[in-house]
Amino acid sequence: MGNEIVADGAYEIRGIGVTLLRQMPAVISISQLTKTYASDLKALKHIDLEIHRGEIFALLGPNGAGKTTLISVVCGIVTPTTGTVLVDGHDIVREYRAARSKIGLVPQELHTDMFESVWATVNFSRGLFGHAPNPAHLEKVLRDLSLWDKRNDKIMTLSGGMKRRVLIAKALAHEPEILFLDEPTAGVDVELRRDMWALVRRLRESGVTIILTTHYIDEAEEMADRIGVINKGELIVVEEKVGLMKKLGKKQLTLHLLEPLASLPLELSDWRLALKLGGSEIEYTFDGREEQTRIPALLRRLDELGIGFKDLQTRQSSLEDIFVSLVKAQSDHPWSAPLASVPSPSERA
Amino acid sequence: MSTAADIRRFNRYGVLAIYRFELARFRRTLWQSLATPVLTTSLYFVVFGAAIGSRMGAVDGVTYGSFIVPGLIMLSVFTESLNNASFGIYLPRFTGTIYEVLSAPVSAFEMVLAYVGAAATKSVIVGFVILATANFFVPVHILHPLWMIAFLVLVASTFSLFGFILGIWAKGFEQLQFIPMLVIAPLTFLGGAFYSIDMLPPGWRTVSLFNPIVYLVSGFRWSFYATSDVGVGISLAMTLAFFATCLALVWWIFRTGYRLKS
Repeated sequence: MGNEIVADGAYEIRGIGVTLLRQMPAVISISQLTKTYASDLKALKHIDLEIHRGEIFALLGPNGAGKTTLISVVCGIVTPTTGTVLVDGHDIVREYRAARSKIGLVPQELHTDMFESVWATVNFSRGLFGHAPNPAHLEKVLRDLSLWDKRNDKIMTLSGGMKRRVLIAKALAHEPEILFLDEPTAGVDVELRRDMWALVRRLRESGVTIILTTHYIDEAEEMADRIGVINKGELIVVEEKVGLMKKLGKKQLTLHLLEPLASLPLELSDWRLALKLGGSEIEYTFDGREEQTRIPALLRRLDELGIGFKDLQTRQSSLEDIFVSLVKAQSDHPWSAPLASVPSPSERA
Repeated sequence: MSTAADIRRFNRYGVLAIYRFELARFRRTLWQSLATPVLTTSLYFVVFGAAIGSRMGAVDGVTYGSFIVPGLIMLSVFTESLNNASFGIYLPRFTGTIYEVLSAPVSAFEMVLAYVGAAATKSVIVGFVILATANFFVPVHILHPLWMIAFLVLVASTFSLFGFILGIWAKGFEQLQFIPMLVIAPLTFLGGAFYSIDMLPPGWRTVSLFNPIVYLVSGFRWSFYATSDVGVGISLAMTLAFFATCLALVWWIFRTGYRLKS
């Protein structure tokens, strides 16, 4: 076990905020990982990443960013070009048995054996990962996934959503400590998506570390403790979700004025204000790091200057806005620090 | 609950899982798996044994019908081993389910043992079924039963290894069929399955000695009737050499990840 470096209090994890997760020992340590395919495509470039035990980590990125390659390297399906990956302290190449037996993988594509029954395929998966048969555990997994009634059905007769559940059941058959979900909710209906979110939460509560990739930003926003954004093979940001949204999330206050202004008074030059719609609206853009008292202060200042307003709106950027701007910033300025070049919502509008 | 420590040396549950999975495929297609070789063999006996064989003299003191039994078994074992093993590994590559085996704590040796072992098991079963079928048509004597089993298992394992390589090399279903149909079948027909190479003119006899199948069939036939085209020691050595070559190729495939991993 690689958890000798545990920080004080790190074991009191359940139910405590994500800040404690930071103190947890890394269950996966990736350092200087690169993958260059034979076609010369650099799928991963010097990735350094630590996944904390017990967290839900969401890996976001556009198509072809390297998400699946990264997962495939950790799981042993793709051979890395350089770099090392430790899974619970075990090197994925030298100690592949110990490393792989801790991991369950749910692939993005619905790769299933068509002619096998659900029960046969989960038994196969459990055996493949070196575990003795345990019908009770497999029954629990299938019941949790509402697959118990389908256990004798051939996989080919199941719907796409059910096949996805079968893949999850296969990944959980050997009681993994780490679960990779590669686009788990791609192409599934709303109900199944909610079910899957609930399942992921239950798994996390039982101590399983979960790494998911997704296109749906709201999924990451809903589920993840931490978020990594990958683009063109580079990990451009890794942050706690709350911190990321606070740091990069822009807020915007729009004031609909009683009387249009020709220009902004000099007294308001301290504020980042913009006059919109022929002077009938004032737009104030600020970020989450600024003091919460800035809005009341602005409103008082306007009152002192005799500028009245009839309505106001506030808007907060979603994780999706943040994601799009991060990826765009990297594409526009590949060598600049990504955090420094996030445009405001108004600039993007 | 078992732990990683249990599989540090040998993942027996993993090997058993793949082995059973492959045999389950055999059971699902039991009708084709057994009926086809039995029917084909029966037809051979009707044509070569009864119709033509009755007009032919004995070969090396063995009636023609009995003489072709080892050759016919070998022909089926070659084809079955190649087909079973190549299909066994090609299918998961084709459907994508190979991801699970590649991500499992299963070593290359265990993977080969399971896939090749299952394919060889199937062809040995087919071999015995053909032997039993042959018994209905012609008298069959096995002078060296242990050697017969040893040759059968060795040849089935060798061709299953070869089939495994084929299944990893093939990029499509047509390539899977290419080697068995265009290389192995002609070599078998020309390799003394239905005649003794002593019956050939001297020139062709020399050419035949470059055909590896000659040694396999000859050794197997020796275990039945103690007569052979080439010395049994040479047969055994050639069979083992073929086995070692396939093993080396498989080792190279896993070392480089050739067409298995990107």
